[in-house]
Amino acid sequence: MAQHSSSAPSAAPAARTPLRLHIPEPPARPGDKPDFSYVRVPPAGSLPRPPIDAPERALREYAEGLIRVLDDDGRAVGEWDPKLDAETLRQGLRAMMLTRTFDDRMLRVQRQGKTSFYIKSTGEEAVAVAQAYALDPDDMLFPSYRQQGLLIARGHSLVDMMCQIFNNTRDRLKGRQLPIMYSVREKNFFSISGNLGTQYPQAVGWAMASAMKGDTRIAASWVGEGTTAEPDFHHALTFASVYQAPVILNVVNNQYAISSFQAIAGGERATFAARAIGYGIPGLRVDGNDFLAVYAVTRWAAARARANLGPTLIELFTYRAAAHSTSDDPSAYRPLDESQYWPLGDPIERLKQHLILRGEWSEAQQQALAKALDEQVRADLKEAESYGTLGTPPASPKTMFEDVFKHMPPHLIKQRQEMGY
Amino acid sequence: MSTMNMIQAINSALDVMLGRDDNVVVFGEDVGYFGGVFRATAGLQKKYGKTRVFDTPIAEGGILGTAIGMGVYGLRPVAEIQFADYIYPAFDQLVSEAARLRYRSGGEFWAPITVRAPCGGGIFGGQTHSQSPEGVFTHVCGLKTVIPSNPYDAKGLLIAAIEDDDPVIFFEPKRIYNGPFDGHHDRPLQPWSKFPQSEVPDGYYRIELGKAAVARPGSAVTVLAYGTMVHVCLAAVEETGIDGEVIDLRTLVPIDLDTIVESVKKTGRCVIVHEATRTSGFGAELSALVQENCFYHLEAPIERVTGWDTPYPHAFEWQYFPGPARVGRALKKVMEG
Repeated sequence: MAQHSSSAPSAAPAARTPLRLHIPEPPARPGDKPDFSYVRVPPAGSLPRPPIDAPERALREYAEGLIRVLDDDGRAVGEWDPKLDAETLRQGLRAMMLTRTFDDRMLRVQRQGKTSFYIKSTGEEAVAVAQAYALDPDDMLFPSYRQQGLLIARGHSLVDMMCQIFNNTRDRLKGRQLPIMYSVREKNFFSISGNLGTQYPQAVGWAMASAMKGDTRIAASWVGEGTTAEPDFHHALTFASVYQAPVILNVVNNQYAISSFQAIAGGERATFAARAIGYGIPGLRVDGNDFLAVYAVTRWAAARARANLGPTLIELFTYRAAAHSTSDDPSAYRPLDESQYWPLGDPIERLKQHLILRGEWSEAQQQALAKALDEQVRADLKEAESYGTLGTPPASPKTMFEDVFKHMPPHLIKQRQEMGY
Repeated sequence: MSTMNMIQAINSALDVMLGRDDNVVVFGEDVGYFGGVFRATAGLQKKYGKTRVFDTPIAEGGILGTAIGMGVYGLRPVAEIQFADYIYPAFDQLVSEAARLRYRSGGEFWAPITVRAPCGGGIFGGQTHSQSPEGVFTHVCGLKTVIPSNPYDAKGLLIAAIEDDDPVIFFEPKRIYNGPFDGHHDRPLQPWSKFPQSEVPDGYYRIELGKAAVARPGSAVTVLAYGTMVHVCLAAVEETGIDGEVIDLRTLVPIDLDTIVESVKKTGRCVIVHEATRTSGFGAELSALVQENCFYHLEAPIERVTGWDTPYPHAFEWQYFPGPARVGRALKKVMEG
């Protein structure tokens, strides 16, 4: 056999170290004491608020840091304080509480067998509500399935949402979609898809279109940290950067993708905000349980986009306090009481504390509001149930063949007839 | 009226639609300044500007993901995938999103996108410049699939596709961009200018989607084909002397079942021809439709002449490509049946 004269020098096999595959693990499993020592929580107000036209390279500390406004006592501190008036904050608190009340009630409804499926957003209410408040009503939202607070903050009918969850006769999606996969065109809330991350490049395309037409509206999209591993995440960042699309790309890092700790998504060695740097996009990491910080950072990114300064990626650092979905049992993969140890607390409690500190709210008002919201949700539920719950046929089955295409082609008419309609 | 090859006809369709509708935008890899690797978009960026016709990153999933978003905004995007062989990275966006958006949103949102992709073999393109993946898309409810076979149809169908409010996959057989190819690879290619279908109106016209064309009337056997294979089948009919009725399907979904059934009921025999691999190819659907709708009129088993169930080979191009000799054998076989 011919010998290659240019063979590289190599160590003797005996001298080599066996390779080992690294499999990231969460710091605590069921039965362990919760351990959030991996979370670095800088003091509130420690990061300055940069000008919206700051170049990406001047913003890199924001990808590693954590923008916080509310301190441990509930005071708003530092340059990022959006200085919102008390009434706006009370409305934001109300929308977050309504989101949680709605979630809690829908979980019970699912457990009663009135619907097949539900997904809560417990602990992440500030993400959706504060961001909805920071955007304009005509900005287009491309959400994932855990931003129901966007719809609630935009004043959408809870009855309408419940009817979709029940797939009843008033379900605007005509029984075609799994519960919580809302679509609300009049609220500029894009149709939710089960396929993770697909909405991310779609939001970029929408934003590109807005720019092409000389419009003033911007787009925003949300994915979880788990979805950042999907190719559509990369597509969205590449296209957003190339065309400087007026879009806000949000990564809701709630630490878990079903059972997978965020390290499995690639979070062990770099933040998700830091992903943006390689694309030349500002990446800002924000305390996702701090209503004021989320609002301020979103406002900053929106102003940047509106000024034709391009896209921003925001990592919203939070914790998925509830199960992934009604089909999930988190006690099988993480400590049962882990959420109580989450160092960034609860978004509703923190905003409440801030308002009380400002003399604009009280425990009594909080309790009265909670009671009123519960009554409202119960009343809405009663109305929604009057249109039926799972098992009540939504309209006629013949509608199953509609909207596949704009006009029903002959083969679908034939299949509909075959079914008896 | 001008004499155009298929590239020029496609370019003309894009030109007409960019001129007619401010919401039409054209983009893809090398589509903008350069004018496309096949020249289909030559001159369009200069004429309409960079925000109407532009280059994209090499990311098919990104191209179609952003196209859907633009469609949701209200634009009418015409995206190019450089080769049909490279459409798979965008498969999720097509199947899970474009195809289902209208349905899943109860008609609130839709994706009026047109996806152009050069397809088919016969050019020594090897495994990744020769594929015919139409069957992968015809299986997806909510997508329309169109494959033209000549310049006149290419322009009229492309205009109809762009105007359609449903997502349309528009496969262009690159082997016939410059002239009809009948499978006789040893003979010089005849340019489109020698054929009447190269007479193309300069302005706007449409050919409705979902309508087949009878490429050659006949009485002995119905031959169902599309794209390059229309020309191969015409040659096979002439060379065998069998009076075949060659139907150019033009649109695969929605299919023009009436034209197919009418023909097979008349001839009593059917040969189905496509370049794509056989198993679960679109020919299987056509065969089933003919069997279901024409059973009592059939005088012989339905024959399928297709690419083999192998990846498209480079060196064995002409053993793989279903040429006129193979089609001719099938025609003779059904006539004996």
